[in-house]
Parts: sequence; C-alpha cells; structure tokens
Amino acid sequence: MLRRRIIPCLDVSAGRVVKGVNFVNLRDCGDPVAAAVRYAAQGADEICWLNITADKESWSALLRQVEQAAREVDVPVTVGGGVSEERHVRELLGAGADKVSINSAALRSPALVQECAEAHGSQCIVVAIDACRSAAGYRAHAAGGRVATERDAIDWAEEAARLGAGELLVTSMDADGTGAGYDLELLGAIVDRVAVPVIASGGASGPAHIAEALARGTSAALAATIFHDGTFTVAEVKAECRRRGLPMR
Amino acid sequence: MSEVVIVDYGSGNVRSLRAALERVGAEVVVSGDPMIVALAPRLMVPGQGAAGPAMETLRRTGLERAIRSALTSGAYLLGVCVGLQLLFESSEEQETTGLGLLPGRVTHLTGVALLPHMGWNDVVPVGPPHPLAADLPACAYFAHSYAIVDPGPCTVATTEVDGVTFASVVAAGRVAGVQFHPERSAAAGQAMLRGFLSWSNAA
Repeated sequence: MLRRRIIPCLDVSAGRVVKGVNFVNLRDCGDPVAAAVRYAAQGADEICWLNITADKESWSALLRQVEQAAREVDVPVTVGGGVSEERHVRELLGAGADKVSINSAALRSPALVQECAEAHGSQCIVVAIDACRSAAGYRAHAAGGRVATERDAIDWAEEAARLGAGELLVTSMDADGTGAGYDLELLGAIVDRVAVPVIASGGASGPAHIAEALARGTSAALAATIFHDGTFTVAEVKAECRRRGLPMR
Repeated sequence: MSEVVIVDYGSGNVRSLRAALERVGAEVVVSGDPMIVALAPRLMVPGQGAAGPAMETLRRTGLERAIRSALTSGAYLLGVCVGLQLLFESSEEQETTGLGLLPGRVTHLTGVALLPHMGWNDVVPVGPPHPLAADLPACAYFAHSYAIVDPGPCTVATTEVDGVTFASVVAAGRVAGVQFHPERSAAAGQAMLRGFLSWSNAA
C-alpha cells in the first residue's frame, strides 16, 4: 500500500536553516545538510529544501550544498526557491535533487511548468502554491508570499497539474507559522480538484494536525517548526498517524 | 572491489546513485563513453523522465551497442526506474522501442487514482527465489507513471497501488531492473544495492 509521507522542510537562507512566523522574523536553525541527515535518520520520507535567498552568488553555493545533501541523504530531496527557468531545474537535478519545486516563476509563466515537465518528467516537477484567503476566495501569492496575484489558488492548482506538475506543495499563508493546524478547507478543495499528489504545508504544531491533513486526502504533510524546535520527532508524528489508521512507512 | 559503471546519458539521478553505491563499497565509474561501458563488469542504467528521449539518446550516442556488447561479454546490468523500462521490448510512452532484453511492454498506470505513483510502497517477492530477492527493501521509494502492469515470467517482485499490480523488480539471466529508487530508499535500498553486488560477484 502506498504510504503517506512526512516531509520536514528546511527553509534555507545564506546556507543556514531558518524559520519565521507568517514568512517574517527569520531565525537560525542550523546546517541544512546536517538537519536533512538527522531527519532522514528519524524516518522522514522525503526532505524539502526551500532556498529563500535568490541572488546569483547564493545559487552556486546552493548547488554545492545540494550536491553534498545528495551524497549524504538517502531519501528523496526536493529543492526549490529562486527557480525561474528550465536551466535552474536542470542544474538542481544535475546537482542531485530528486525533484525541483517552482513557485513564482510558474505564476509568471505557466508554460515553464510544461517545458520542465516535458524535459525532465512530471515526477520531478513540483509546483509550490502559496495561498492566502481574501474576500474573493484563495489567492495565489508570488515572491515568497509578498506579492498577491489575481489568480485563484484552487484554479491555479488545477492548471499547474494540467501543465504537467507531478505534485503540488500547497502552503496556507494564513496558517503558516501559527501552529493552529493546516488549512483543511484549502487543502480539501485542491485535493478534490486534482489527480496528482498534494503536499499539505503551513500551520502544524503537532502530530494531530498532520494526521488531520493526511486524513483529508493529502499524500504528504510538510512541517518545519515542530521538527526544528525538537517538539516532536518524525517518528512520533508517524506513530500518531499510524494510530489513526493512516498507512505510514 | 566491485566495479560498477553508471551509464551517464543525461538521464536520472546519477549523483545519488553513485553516492549510494559508494556507501555499500562499490568502486563507481560514471561514464557516457561507449568504450568504458562496453568493458564494464557491472552496469547500472539510471533514467528519469520520458522513455522516448532516453532511448533515443542511448541509440544516438552508441551506448545501446556498448551495453549489448558488455552483456555479451558477461556483464551484469541493473536498470533503475526508466532504466528498468528501457530493458523491455517496447513502451506505450511515445511508442518507444526498448532494448528488448526482457519480454514485455511498459504501459501507463491507468486506474491509479493519483499519478505519478509517488512515494513509499511495498515490494513483494513473487515466483521462484532469485538471488536479488533476498535483499529487497520491504518498502521502497517510487516516482513514475508507467510500469510493467502485466508482470511476466521475469518478475521477481511486484507492487500494488489502487488495485493495479506492476512488476517492481525484474530479472532474467544477468539483466535486472528495479522500478523504485534504491538510492533513495534509505538503508533498505542500500541493502538491495549490496545484494546486486553480491549477486554479480557470485558467478
């Protein structure tokens, strides 16, 4: 039986893991490769590595760090952040990333999703969607959440899947960092509309939240703070999910 | 020391395959040079993305002939993911003609609710015992939308998703393939790579 996945997320700035609340007030949480190895040893099914500094210099440093992660980590690693052209996808996959996540650039140019999926296969193209509630429903945001777009986040999810995204990483900006649980309404609406795996992101403060998101039909759940702070281990989260009858590795 | 040549033709996660093989003590050469591939005692053919362009590249670069030549000289071969799919006669994906080293046709995983089939799933040995089967991971990482959904006589293990059963490990003679990613399947995946080395050392 296909297992649900638990994915610790590393937000990486200038080569260090950082974590903030509602996308601001970042603080240092250590070396990303060491963190990835530690989480893999705890039973993480996959690691998500989001580069949140996007200048040229940090790009080559990122590639070197991804190479190191590919050597030392023995579970899949998804890398994203600052991916704006096909060349970036190619370079990250060449450095050893298993999947590459595209966010703002896909909103700017949806054809990029198709181009990358055709060149490298849907199975390694993840479209990340930062969604924020508004009077008119959920809006997709660009630039790490800073820029609201006119796109409805749920329509965008459907379009991204149609263009060839093999997976959708859906972050609720409202829930992110609050610890109040994932936005199940947002996740549910997307899960019901697409036939690709959906990864829940934003808002978990404990195993119960993660189990709820998986029970709503997401294939995987991503969390950062609870793991970085050592509040829960991946193994503890999985034990709770298993107790609720969810298939876990 | 066990030497493994990873066939580098621009497809698949060569870097993590190399790292995983080195962790189990193999001496790894990554090469796209047909001369080196033809002389390899053990070959690993990775692969990701579409089968059509991958096969086209193997043909155009002379690597297809080099792989056949290595097999004629007694080499062992392990195909990974799309590398497994290329071992068969054909693939429904872009109507691709494969290497034809194993009988069968790769088809779309029609009937599976969510595609790609992405994540960790069971690997269940079937049929007569095979040297590779002893070291298979119980649960391995998959990421694909096509597979051998009509497991034939060369099936060593199968995997099921949404009622669709496909071959996750195949082998005939010295040719073997895994649909999952042993290099990304934690310790169990590495044990399988170790199994490949001892299988290919036993002869």
